[in-house]
Amino acid sequence: MRKGLFSGIFLGLVLLAGPVAADDPGVIRLGAAVSLTGKYSSNGAFTRKGYDLAVEKINEAGGVTVAGKPYLLQIIYYDDESTPARGAQLVERLIQQDKVQFVLGPYSSGLTEAIAPVTEKYGVPMVEANGAAISLFRKNYRYLFAVLSTTDEYLRGAIDIAARLSADPSKLRVAMAFENDPFSQDVREGVLADMKRHGMKAVVDDKLPPELNDMSATLSKVKALRPDLLLISGHDKGASLAIRQMADQRVNVPMLALTHCDSARIAENFGPAAEYALCAAQWASTLTYEDDLFGSASDYARLYEETYGEVAPYQAAESSAAVQVYADAFARAKSLDPEDVRQALTETAMMTFYGRIEFDETGKNVAKPMVLFQVQDGNYVVVYPEAFAEAKIRWPTPPWGER
Amino acid sequence: MLDNLLLFVQFPPLAVDVVVNGLLIGAIFALAAYGMALVWGVLNIVNVVQGELVVLGGYVTFLLVQWGMPPLIGVPVSALVMFGVGWVLYRAIVFRVVDRDIFISILATFGLAILIQQLANLSFGADVRSVDAGLGPLHFLDGMVTVAWVKLIAFVLALVAGASLWFFLRHARLGQAIRATAQNPRAARILGIDTGRVYAATYALNAALCGAAGSLAVMAWTIHPYMGLPYTVRSFMVVVVAGVGNVGAVVAAGLGLGALENVAGFVLGTEFQIAFVFALMVTILVWRHLRAARRREHLK
Repeated sequence: MRKGLFSGIFLGLVLLAGPVAADDPGVIRLGAAVSLTGKYSSNGAFTRKGYDLAVEKINEAGGVTVAGKPYLLQIIYYDDESTPARGAQLVERLIQQDKVQFVLGPYSSGLTEAIAPVTEKYGVPMVEANGAAISLFRKNYRYLFAVLSTTDEYLRGAIDIAARLSADPSKLRVAMAFENDPFSQDVREGVLADMKRHGMKAVVDDKLPPELNDMSATLSKVKALRPDLLLISGHDKGASLAIRQMADQRVNVPMLALTHCDSARIAENFGPAAEYALCAAQWASTLTYEDDLFGSASDYARLYEETYGEVAPYQAAESSAAVQVYADAFARAKSLDPEDVRQALTETAMMTFYGRIEFDETGKNVAKPMVLFQVQDGNYVVVYPEAFAEAKIRWPTPPWGER
Repeated sequence: MLDNLLLFVQFPPLAVDVVVNGLLIGAIFALAAYGMALVWGVLNIVNVVQGELVVLGGYVTFLLVQWGMPPLIGVPVSALVMFGVGWVLYRAIVFRVVDRDIFISILATFGLAILIQQLANLSFGADVRSVDAGLGPLHFLDGMVTVAWVKLIAFVLALVAGASLWFFLRHARLGQAIRATAQNPRAARILGIDTGRVYAATYALNAALCGAAGSLAVMAWTIHPYMGLPYTVRSFMVVVVAGVGNVGAVVAAGLGLGALENVAGFVLGTEFQIAFVFALMVTILVWRHLRAARRREHLK
């Protein structure tokens, strides 16, 4: 209650500071530390663009009405330089100095992991859209909410498809190469659980060091062992390197699935070498989701492209959805007290252009499936889940000599 | 680990594949390491910005290809452009730390490395870049051994560059001046050698070698603004093992490191690949230290 009072006084001050009329809307300030420089700067930029687009659209539509009073949204940004320690520091600053009561997430699981303890300490909700590591949701955080699917689901589609296509899934042999970072190792954990469910066997299980610049040792192994399915996760770098070197080393596998291949733009950068690759993605513009703010997924994609002059990546889409979740929670909470908003967030059940959003008790979104693209003739085509599939999967991948 | 070793027994060509690919990786390390050895030996500077020079060389080739040039032209052009960059870097910054304590030069070049990383990030973005040389691979032994043409070119180029460097240092006028300056800068100055110019030329030559290595790296692998460190670390290690005054030893150490690293990655798993490199370096240093100590015993 005290916090509410303070924020009320503060907002009053903010309003007094400008030349405002009595019935002008108030301002709800959200804070975010995103990576504008450093190794995550491209994905950090997508995150920011996604947040900005949603704020713009919501404000254009008149803002959010909280207990009968209209409010506009505003985001205060800081650059976390892609460093977890810096991110935590900046969020502390957002809360303590800028008096921000609502935090939007950073880019990457690592940064989210560093920031969550801070928001937790101050009892400030954080709705995040780019930290998928399942380990984040095992720590009983009360104020953490994620709109995206978690790491255990990333490559589930590939394993399910492989199991369905084979006569006896328990005979399938899987090769895995995952970067040694929290995100990819959590993806690996999910993959292992799914493989166990089908009785599949791992024949290669390599952990790629984060500063790796060559994968030929792993790929030679894959070439010799001829697995039925090769799974790779190592952010943009891992995806690019895998596509480049698999073509150079003529590594034949019937099915290849990766994470981050759309943000690494494998189809655009590698042309024919990227064909047949399966890519795990949070969202695609061809999905049939819709909401009142943005319209359909393809409407969102169009708006994004008009605004920023580039194709909408899922990292931007989920970031926009995070802002929508906040707007929805503010309206339902009928208050700007962080505790009330947190309560409203837990009761979120909404449809967005990005997919359905409902949080379980750990704060992760359990209502939206991952999708799987396949690179077909230079395009990313959704092949999984079946309800949204645009085309049938091309399988098996022919050997290099016949491609 | 054992099952990985068994793979070698089951598929003997695989061992060839792993070793050959490792040698080719080592060739690109060797190229960057020549430059580091040169700068270390002549300017007495541990050039921590080495990897960033490699990455910049890669970006030069990337840009050329964007402008529609054939990728292989990138190798000489990157070397040339980076020669200029090296010269400017020396005249602007590096000359200030030449006669200073080695830690000052490490700090200065480290700062330079961070600066170049951020500038590259600002101008090229953090995206992972790669260039398709369009040459495809060669394959032998039923496709079990594949060698990308680009890597083969890198290998030949590294050997040629090593030989020409050796010849240049031995017989060319500037090469002799470089060696004289390395031995005793004061005496060289007295004998009329413009040591400032020699230093600048050495540093620029180093940058050119890095540029060529980067050009090959962007065709064989990928680059992004923060990719420099592995190259710096590998060059450093090669020079530590081979010493600063011996081009042949640098080639051998570079190739050996590449091959060993790849075999270690295969047998122990990639997570131990880089750990293995460092463990090897420590072992070599300890062994050297012990050997030197024994020699001192003899002298007593």
